[in-house]
Amino acid sequence: MPTTYIKAIHDAMFEEMKRDENVFLLGEDVGILGGAFKATEGFLQEFGAERVIDTPIAESLIVGAAIGAAVLGMRPIAEMQFADFISCAYDQIINMAATLRYRHGGRAQVPMVIRGPSGAGVHGGLFHSQNPESYFFSVPGLKIVTPATAYDAKGLLKASIRDNDPVLFFEHKYLYRRIQEELPEEDYIVPLGKAAIRREGSDMTFITYSAMLYPSLAAAERLEKEDGLHVEVIDLRSLRPLDWETVFQSVRKTSKAVIIHEDRRTGGVGGEIAARIVEECFDSLDGPIVRVASEDTHYAFSPPLEEFILPNVDKILAKARTLAAY
Amino acid sequence: MEMKEDQELYYYLKLTREFEDRVSKLHRQGKILGGVYSGKGQEAIVVGVCYGLHREDFISPIHRDMGAFLVKGVDPKLLMAQLFGKKTGLSKGKDSFLHAGDLERGIFGATSMLASTLPVATGAALKFKMKKEPHVAIAFFGEGASSRGDFHEALNFAGIHKLPVIYICENNFYAYSTPQNQQMAVEDVALRAEGYGFKGAVCSGNDLHAVMRTTHAAIDRARQGEGPTLVECKTYRYHGHSEHDQPFYRPQEELIEWESRDPIQRFEIYLEKKGYNVDQIKEETERQVKEVTDEAVRFAEESPWPEGKEALEDLYADPF
Ligand SMILES: Cc1ncc(C[n+]2csc(CCOP(=O)(O)OP(=O)(O)O)c2C)c(N)n1
Ligand SMILES: [Mg+2]
Repeated sequence: MPTTYIKAIHDAMFEEMKRDENVFLLGEDVGILGGAFKATEGFLQEFGAERVIDTPIAESLIVGAAIGAAVLGMRPIAEMQFADFISCAYDQIINMAATLRYRHGGRAQVPMVIRGPSGAGVHGGLFHSQNPESYFFSVPGLKIVTPATAYDAKGLLKASIRDNDPVLFFEHKYLYRRIQEELPEEDYIVPLGKAAIRREGSDMTFITYSAMLYPSLAAAERLEKEDGLHVEVIDLRSLRPLDWETVFQSVRKTSKAVIIHEDRRTGGVGGEIAARIVEECFDSLDGPIVRVASEDTHYAFSPPLEEFILPNVDKILAKARTLAAY
Repeated sequence: MEMKEDQELYYYLKLTREFEDRVSKLHRQGKILGGVYSGKGQEAIVVGVCYGLHREDFISPIHRDMGAFLVKGVDPKLLMAQLFGKKTGLSKGKDSFLHAGDLERGIFGATSMLASTLPVATGAALKFKMKKEPHVAIAFFGEGASSRGDFHEALNFAGIHKLPVIYICENNFYAYSTPQNQQMAVEDVALRAEGYGFKGAVCSGNDLHAVMRTTHAAIDRARQGEGPTLVECKTYRYHGHSEHDQPFYRPQEELIEWESRDPIQRFEIYLEKKGYNVDQIKEETERQVKEVTDEAVRFAEESPWPEGKEALEDLYADPF
């Protein structure tokens, strides 16, 4: 039976909690309710209230307490009910967790995962649609994971739970029940920092992650059919660490790069990726590096506004065709 | 209470309920998108607190406080257009639900981040004190929001400076699925006030008169420079946390008990005891609120959508 993206997340946590008694959950409504999106359905019954903790509405406490338990060897998974609310725990993440190993001279660590639903496209409005990765992208000491498939959601989450550093795990809520696939029966992980080439091509490279993988693939297919262009599509899977080698190799081959993400254009990770490509692959480039990203505004609620703001297949096609003409 | 006041209060209770019931229905029909939260069962709190406020008094309502907008004088048509995401709504479609205010009427639009409005309302009270204005700030919040640091930071500052602010806790015993005993180890949120150097009071949030007595005494004290109060109103939400939620996590019996203390029915008993012709008042009021709500829905449905590129507007005073 195929497994949905949300079920893959559920299963990853369930299996890790079975495997390692130091893994535990804390967050708002993760217990009795099983999570606002049912990611932890049945956990309270299986693991009990000591390992599945319904917290008060207190994100700073949730993250801070996770850090405290993690430095003493536990492996907490903290849930943000929506990734947007991670802002309420910002200090604990960027100052407390991110610097901990550094200021202890490598003699302490925070093996913790903070997970939560991010992303737009579901009429969530300003505070239930954000892509917070860029708020954290510049902070050393953090890892940032952004799965696009059910297979990766499970494998990356398991790798994140076993990782010895704080991991921000941003699940795209649009994908929760919209994608599914057959998953292996046996235990597996997907290592952090290893991109996936979702489609091979020689004319142009699309670099993307999370939910934007799908419009990127759809655009690549249309470019092949309608323009005879062979587009390589790279799914980054994690942004910190970022698999630069795979990106550079592909761009050296195709000479053209389009970066596609749902996060905003200004300050989004695409800017850093473009800069690094210019630094490392300048001689190979046959045209400007272009970005398709959300408009530089807030994630507005009204459907015509949201549609205007978000990237889509047509916007990717338009940019790719302009670039192809170089 | 004068007859005119009684009738007005009844009108606002009924209007809030009719309006919210209609919003729930429109949500089921797919006409209102996004998260929809109902305050059904809690109407006496917002109506009781907001009735009689000055236009300049500053209120910061939360997600269940549709009635606060109505009592403070927002045109129901604009409020409905806001929920639809239409161009004519308070935020011109930028966000939905109660995330836009109307500062001309002293209504502050919240973000989703619970308790974040409490420091802001405290700042509004600071302004009133600095400028020696006779107004008050009123911050609504759920008992769940009182777990956040912003709540404690706000109350502490208000206590130090004796600010004219009233914190109104709508304690409906649940934060989404989480019961009060998983949120705090005390029975009354109002107890928190003492630790910040001012008074806390508890009243029944389903009894309009109790709400008015308690909160208006606090408002009067604040206007006279006697500082903040934390008022806790015990109540219950009839619906799920949002219209998507099936509240299996609470006993049916509990809901029934609270429904039997319905704030509107209770007020009808009061009207009857006062010797008014309740049947007539009821019929007349129901006709009025239905008309107002119908008109609001019609307006919202006929209103235009914003155009896509308007998503880039209203970011700055001087766009660049
Ligand atoms: C900072 C923050 N965390 C989580 C949420 C998600 N959330 C929305 S409403 C809610 C429950 C609120 O409970 P309470 O404050 O008691 O108000 P009620 O809904 O019961 O009226 C939660 C957890 C949020 N909006 N903001
Ligand atoms: Mg509550």
